[in-house]
Amino acid sequence: MSSWINENGPLLFLALLDGTVTAFVLALIALGLSLVFGVMRIVNIAHGEFFMLGAVFSWFAFDLTNDPLWGFLLALVIAPALVGGIAVFTDRFILRKVKYHPESTIVATIGLLYVIQSVTLMVFGPEARAVEAPLYFRIQFPWFGYSGYKLIVAGMSALCLLGVWLLMIRSKLGLYMRATQQDIEIAKTYGVPTQKIYAAVFALGGGLAALAGVLVVPIRQADHLMGLEPLLLSFIVVIIGGLGSIRGTIVAAFIIGISDGIISVFYEPTLAKMLATLFVAMVLVLKPSGLYGEEVA
Amino acid sequence: MRKKSLVYSLFFHVGILLLLFVLQFILPTYHHSSVSKIMVLASYAVAYNFLLGYTGLMSLGHAMFFAAGMYAAGLGIYYLELSALGGLLFGAGFTLVMSLIFGLFALRTSGVSFLIVTLMFGQTFYLSILYFNEFTFGQDGFSMAKHLGKLVIFNKEYLYSNPDIRYNFALILLTAYLLITTFIMFSPVGRILIAIRENESRTELLGYNVFYYKLFALVLSGTFSGIAGATHALLFSYVGTTFAEIHHSISPILWTLLGGAGTVIGPFIGTGIMFYLVDFISGITSNYQLVVGVVLILMIIWFPMGIMGTLRQKWMKWLP
Repeated sequence: MSSWINENGPLLFLALLDGTVTAFVLALIALGLSLVFGVMRIVNIAHGEFFMLGAVFSWFAFDLTNDPLWGFLLALVIAPALVGGIAVFTDRFILRKVKYHPESTIVATIGLLYVIQSVTLMVFGPEARAVEAPLYFRIQFPWFGYSGYKLIVAGMSALCLLGVWLLMIRSKLGLYMRATQQDIEIAKTYGVPTQKIYAAVFALGGGLAALAGVLVVPIRQADHLMGLEPLLLSFIVVIIGGLGSIRGTIVAAFIIGISDGIISVFYEPTLAKMLATLFVAMVLVLKPSGLYGEEVA
Repeated sequence: MRKKSLVYSLFFHVGILLLLFVLQFILPTYHHSSVSKIMVLASYAVAYNFLLGYTGLMSLGHAMFFAAGMYAAGLGIYYLELSALGGLLFGAGFTLVMSLIFGLFALRTSGVSFLIVTLMFGQTFYLSILYFNEFTFGQDGFSMAKHLGKLVIFNKEYLYSNPDIRYNFALILLTAYLLITTFIMFSPVGRILIAIRENESRTELLGYNVFYYKLFALVLSGTFSGIAGATHALLFSYVGTTFAEIHHSISPILWTLLGGAGTVIGPFIGTGIMFYLVDFISGITSNYQLVVGVVLILMIIWFPMGIMGTLRQKWMKWLP
């Protein structure tokens, strides 16, 4: 046992570090999906594309300013804002038109996925583009050096998660959102502007995904197909955590992120994803409400 | 009334099939091969529609069945040296068992959960094809041309990829699917499936075991998708992962909804229109997915019943 640790300890530590970073980013993306599902009761298949747009806008900001730090700061502001705008537009002109009917919204957001992907392909091109990290330093561990920016990503994600949590429990918007989630009819009678709340939630969900895209893009490159994988991963997270439960989403992001890190380091990434998707399908079948979820029909 | 509509719809569908039969002698080569392809894909869409249009279950993982049939037939012919017909039967049997097992699990959920479960199982299947790449040839897929025997009709040998064989094989498949769907929909089982689509709990209250009927619909739809996949492998001599990707699960949704979910001929019409639309756009730009996306969005907003669904509502009340 001790020889195993001596041999594989550093590798395990690396897997845990990588897993933690993945977990924080994943929590951010999945939280957006979870909020949208919780409040609006719809599944947004184009959620991964919002993440991709965040990364792509970040590349444009970097290209425009030609400075990693200023580009990053600019992207932090414009990417969530632009994606939020797209989300509001989608809510107003597509989702409201199909009356938020669950299956129609899925078909419509599949359409949106194709539209966003192909417009990005036309404007941005098919190749993957790298964005420089705003800050570059290494943290030296006894066995290996680790990119400091990755830890900044984890930290900033944690701050955002905290921010959303405070928004939900402290602000009036959060109160309205929770009221709409619990019972939309009663919320309406008490004067909650549910239509505006829907738009706000959809924008917030998209903005969170875009923010995750901005944070992640210096670690991996931006390309127009990068949205599918985080979409599937956040489905996994949201389902295991329980549809609509914030606490469950964050817990599940850590389970998935860290186990994905460990399995990917010691085994093959394909196997990791295969097991995760199979696992989530079985969770849904055997315990449809997830780990922390309320019972949903 | 029901008898009259049965007669009408038989005439209508048989008429379309006869038209397709005659078309093969008129069509220029290019369209000849396009229509063959459309008929195989439309068979897949008809199978999909059985679940979506008639039973009201939307699956996001049907490529799994199509690809399972395709790979079972292809690998069976490749490794076990089955004959073409043997491969087809093997593909059918494999997807039958697979959809039965899948249904026993997935049908415990409903609505959005069902959608996501099917998506996840579909993705697992896709990833396992990639993971076992030594056996399945992974991303590259493989060509069957060298392993397929020849089809002997009246002492003459034909290749399966011979255009006329391809066309008529596809036509037979489509005909079988359309007729089977029509007859099921006029049978009591079909009425119960529609009742489940319209109101599941009321159907249950009437004393029907909803689970078994849904399982029947899923197994039939899955197996038929698998046979369509196996046929595709035979006629186009290629087996590849693109047919297991999520896009290939989304395509039948688009075809079915465009043509009209819950109409027998709708999926064929939808497949044909999208095939030619994509074909036409591809001539202008390689980025045809934009059109697919726009069509999906516009359709779901303004045209949720699809072409045949709208026709049925307005004029052709007898259309099954």
